[in-house]
Amino acid sequence: MEIENGTKSDLVLDSKFAQIKAKLVKQLPLTLRWLALMLTTTAAIGMGLNKQRKTAVVAIVGTKPISQTFTAEFQQTTAFVYFVVANALASLYNIMFVLLRPCFKGKENKLWIHILDLMIMVIVATGAAAATSMAELGKNGNVHARWNPICDKFDAFCLHGGMALIASFVGALDLLLLSILSLVALHRSVQGQELVSLSV
Amino acid sequence: MKTMSKALRGLSIFIRIGIAAACAAAAIIMATSHDSTSFFGVTMEAKYQYTPSFKFFVIANAIASGYNVLVIFVPAASPFSGLVIMSDTIMAMLLTGALAATGAISEMAKHGNIHAGWLPICRQIPAYCDHVSGSLISAFVGLIVFVVIILCNIYKIVSLDLHVCH
Repeated sequence: MEIENGTKSDLVLDSKFAQIKAKLVKQLPLTLRWLALMLTTTAAIGMGLNKQRKTAVVAIVGTKPISQTFTAEFQQTTAFVYFVVANALASLYNIMFVLLRPCFKGKENKLWIHILDLMIMVIVATGAAAATSMAELGKNGNVHARWNPICDKFDAFCLHGGMALIASFVGALDLLLLSILSLVALHRSVQGQELVSLSV
Repeated sequence: MKTMSKALRGLSIFIRIGIAAACAAAAIIMATSHDSTSFFGVTMEAKYQYTPSFKFFVIANAIASGYNVLVIFVPAASPFSGLVIMSDTIMAMLLTGALAATGAISEMAKHGNIHAGWLPICRQIPAYCDHVSGSLISAFVGLIVFVVIILCNIYKIVSLDLHVCH
């Protein structure tokens, strides 16, 4: 009797774990989507508001020093502009997806969702790659082209840009996971259709 | 039906060889780009090793080229087909990252960045810039044909038929 009770409670516990696990797995795509939305928005806003001004004395005329303001902003570099645009596009896509999700639950939409997911991931990844190459150039310079590094002078600019880059990289990884999940969902829906047609 | 699948297999082999050739050409052209000029007694030399993005570009294209040659020897609908589909996507991402980074640096070399005090260098070393742009074009062609393979892979998954493109 006691052994029977023990096995019965074990079975109940296992099924409870299975239920919790199934619920978590069901929420995974939406969680990843929210995470991607937050990361890409952070990256776009972080780089979009990236600006640093520095005033330096460039000459002394008589006794009067002449100072000039040097500005480092993201619009000066084409790669950073593309970075902001790519991340803004991705966050817009994620917002639209989260808002319009109830409309697109059908099986025929899964292919389009997967293709769009792939496209957005590639756009974010290229933006991050281009901005990273520019950031590396800004940090280390290029001796042979006589390009001096600027990160020692504009440290806040480099720091904010670096954080936006990290957010974008994690967002690209997240979008890759979402693409894989949508591909698996597409495969499952197609397999389910096949089984239905076979059984009919 | 058998001739159809044989023709598709031949077409896919042809496409993969094309991609391998384009990526190998991109890597070789970039690796052999070298120019130097001297003005006002100062020598300016340009090699691909001086820029980390260009090094990454050469390595990525070499890897993609070798990978495509290896994938030709995978038989159709073998246990490795799923692995090939996944590796195709990873390889495409690698190529896009390399292309994006190299494109950014090339645009900087051509137009410079006045605000950072970086002067464009393409006027002084035009042969190097031409080499690099030729290499970029070749890698772009390889990547676009690679996208065709990726679309083929998606079709393979949707139609549950691993014989279509491979």
